[in-house]
Amino acid sequence: MKTAIKLQKIYQWLDERVDLKKFQDLAAHKTVPQHKHTIWYYLGGMTLFLFVVQVVTGILLLLYYRPSAEQAFESVQFIMTEVTFGWLVRSIHSWSANLMIFTLFLHMFSVFFMKAYRKPRELTWVSGVFLFFLALGFGFSGYLLPWNQLAYSATKVGTEIAGAVPLVGDFILKFLRGGTEVSGATLTRFYGFHVAVLPMIATAVLLLHLFLVQKQGMSRPLELKSANPAPADIPFFPNFFLRDVLGWTLALGVLVALASIFPWELGEKADPLAPAPAGIKPEWYFLFMFQTLKFLPAKILFFEGEILGILFFTVLFGILIFVPFLDKKANLGISSRPLLVVGWCIVAFIILMTLWGVLL
Amino acid sequence: MEEKAPKTISRRGFINYLVSAGGVALWGAIIYPMVRYLIPPEVPEATASSVVAGNLDELPPNSGKIFRFGDKAGILIRTPTGEFKAFSATCTHLSCTVQYRSDASHIWCACHNGHYDLNGKNISGPPPRPLEEYSVFVKGNEIVVSKKLV
Amino acid sequence: MKLKKMNFFVGLGLIIFLTLYLNLKSVWSKDTCIECHLLLDEKNVAIVENFKKDIHFLRGISCNGCHGGDASLGMDDPFASMDSQKGFVGTPDHFKIPAFCGKCHSDIEYMRKFNPKLRVDQHQLYKTSMHGKLLAGGDKNVATCISCHGSHGILPISDPNSPVFDLNVPKTCAKCHADASHMKNYKIPTDQFEKYSQSVHGMILLKNRDRSAPACNDCHGNHGAIPPGLGDIASACGECHSSNRELFNESPHKQIFKEAGLPECVTCHDHHLVAKTSDEMLGVGEKSVCMQCHTEPESEPYKVAFQIKANLDSLKNSIRQAQLLIEKAEKAGIDVGKAKFELNLAKDDVIKIQSLIHSVSLAKVTEVTQEGISKATFVKQSGQRALMDLKMRRIGLGGSAVIILILAFGLYLKIREVDARSKRVK
Repeated sequence: MKTAIKLQKIYQWLDERVDLKKFQDLAAHKTVPQHKHTIWYYLGGMTLFLFVVQVVTGILLLLYYRPSAEQAFESVQFIMTEVTFGWLVRSIHSWSANLMIFTLFLHMFSVFFMKAYRKPRELTWVSGVFLFFLALGFGFSGYLLPWNQLAYSATKVGTEIAGAVPLVGDFILKFLRGGTEVSGATLTRFYGFHVAVLPMIATAVLLLHLFLVQKQGMSRPLELKSANPAPADIPFFPNFFLRDVLGWTLALGVLVALASIFPWELGEKADPLAPAPAGIKPEWYFLFMFQTLKFLPAKILFFEGEILGILFFTVLFGILIFVPFLDKKANLGISSRPLLVVGWCIVAFIILMTLWGVLL
Repeated sequence: MEEKAPKTISRRGFINYLVSAGGVALWGAIIYPMVRYLIPPEVPEATASSVVAGNLDELPPNSGKIFRFGDKAGILIRTPTGEFKAFSATCTHLSCTVQYRSDASHIWCACHNGHYDLNGKNISGPPPRPLEEYSVFVKGNEIVVSKKLV
Repeated sequence: MKLKKMNFFVGLGLIIFLTLYLNLKSVWSKDTCIECHLLLDEKNVAIVENFKKDIHFLRGISCNGCHGGDASLGMDDPFASMDSQKGFVGTPDHFKIPAFCGKCHSDIEYMRKFNPKLRVDQHQLYKTSMHGKLLAGGDKNVATCISCHGSHGILPISDPNSPVFDLNVPKTCAKCHADASHMKNYKIPTDQFEKYSQSVHGMILLKNRDRSAPACNDCHGNHGAIPPGLGDIASACGECHSSNRELFNESPHKQIFKEAGLPECVTCHDHHLVAKTSDEMLGVGEKSVCMQCHTEPESEPYKVAFQIKANLDSLKNSIRQAQLLIEKAEKAGIDVGKAKFELNLAKDDVIKIQSLIHSVSLAKVTEVTQEGISKATFVKQSGQRALMDLKMRRIGLGGSAVIILILAFGLYLKIREVDARSKRVK
């Protein structure tokens, strides 16, 4: 009881100065629709939680990490072997990155299939797609930082593909690599992207995304709008929030278990003169694109296969941004069959190509 | 009434207690490793590619000492003229650890009587190749040895 | 005035040019021997072509430098050049070859003009060698200077193409010594090259092209080549393997081998087929060299042989156990650099023992064994500590998992409670 009174006093003190009423109202009235698809509502919060884990472990790591070609590998090795719990922080950071991108994919596709992007939530979708691109950027830039053989080769291949884009490819390649080759300059540059540029942009876009979600509330799936009787919404505080926290707690447990039982490997220090390891492939979240490019023939009609592949994905990602503006029917409350089919095809394609890349 | 009320309160209280205790314990389990992590380890920045091999005052001219370089042995010598040099201490013949001989003022391997001069070059006995040389620089009172940059 | 000056310089230039041109031209074409012999049959042409890269020619000594005669008379009268009055000796006969070469190569006043470092005792040494002695006795089968050095395309010994460049020496000796028909009248085997190629020294020299291994001449000598006497073998081997020589010379074997007429080193290691040593050569097993003599189980030497091997085995075992522990820890991500370093010092002790056995002193071997075992034990302990570290991680994981599950359970109950209260929640 005493703590409750103390907290109230603090709340009052702040309210007199900052007017917390708005937040109190939001907290009291925010609800989450209840239906058979409610479970997907957890994914946004889960992705956010994992992002927070990344920021915290990332900050801890950068206190010991050194972003130069001569010292990066050794500094990560130092973290893994000499720093107390360094192995834990590093392995959690690597595992959480993968888990976050996985939940991000699930979140994005669940929003897509439930058409939560329709009016008035178009901007939420667009900002979300940008967050998706930023997450891929985080993954690509962070992967190089240990400066091991695998990361070096993967970055070489990845930037090479970026350089194959027609017209601007050359510029993109030099911009990414900080030169014509992958070198210490690339490492420092990627480090700058990873710990400063991308976090800055991601924070801004994330705040926008979260603000919009709070302002507009949760969207309801189309088919359930007409259900009779409409099921009651559950209050966000404390009911849904507690469920969120439960999920986050379990996620933390999974991360710690993964980090302890399957510690992330460090491998060999990058040697620019050594040939690329056989069967080099990127992390799983890039695999479907990589596998598609590998699968395309060298020449299709008179175009280079690789360029067509890159263009294909560029167009696909472009369309992704504009989905709410392309699906006019959704605004009218009609679920567009063709779009659903296209969506499922894309999901199947991604899963198949990823599996193919992993198994072969 | 009186009997019912304590039961509901105590059940609610139990759950609150469980959540609070669990929450505090979890926070402790997160903060504790974080704090330990933030405290720098004993060797604040030893990297595998360079190491403090000794101090200025521990090596008089015409002497040498063995030091550890990662998992291999290195030999730090101070020549008769006072210059510091460092080499891999693994003999190129059969990998014994070499030593400095002040009577001969050069490096010697006890296993099969191999001799190396002060440039690490194999000058007599079975060793087929010179010793790998490391670069040495003096930082304050410390002698730092690192793998030679190509 | 100006014209006169110009004329002077033109004239001087012409003179300089002509002198240079004629001199350069004369080096090759003014040599009558070469000019003439190039017009003869294939054999002669080949000899002259070969001579182009000969070190003697490159130092300005032409055919007549060795064969005598006059190289400047021109092609008009070929036999005038080959006049014995002018010192012409023609092709020397087999038995005269050493003296033929020695004419210059034993003359220090002459040789120092070309290379002050060159030795001038080759002919003298040759006379003391087996080849020299047999030649003096009328044997025309034996090697003379040209058998090893060649005759007209002689290269310096530092030239990798020279037949007496270290890497080429075994093959050069084998030209005769491995030829059964050539050697049929002598009472020595012809398998030396074959054995040598399989030996540790041969593999290093011939396969790895590593010049640090000995060739035939390193043990047998160059010009004074003769197999070392039985009591002198340790000295020959000891030139490189000095520690082992000293240990052997201090051991009881030195005197005993001498009395028994057993060759030093060779008794256990063979001479041409010096095989890679293995620890199987110790102890009392079937590959043990000690068992060539010491077969009596109750004898002191037998017991010593047994003990020495036992010591070595226990040290190697200790090291192996420590190695396994370290590898396990390393795989799990623990840094084992220090432990590996210490273990390398223990491995040094194994090598020390393998050398010490030449003293056949159990006391010495035991001392080093114990030092090695204590090092290995120390490493084992740090390996065990590293594995403890791993265990601690598991325990930490277990503890955190318990806390998380408790909290999760508490949250679950709380959710149920809160749902019941708000009634709206299904």
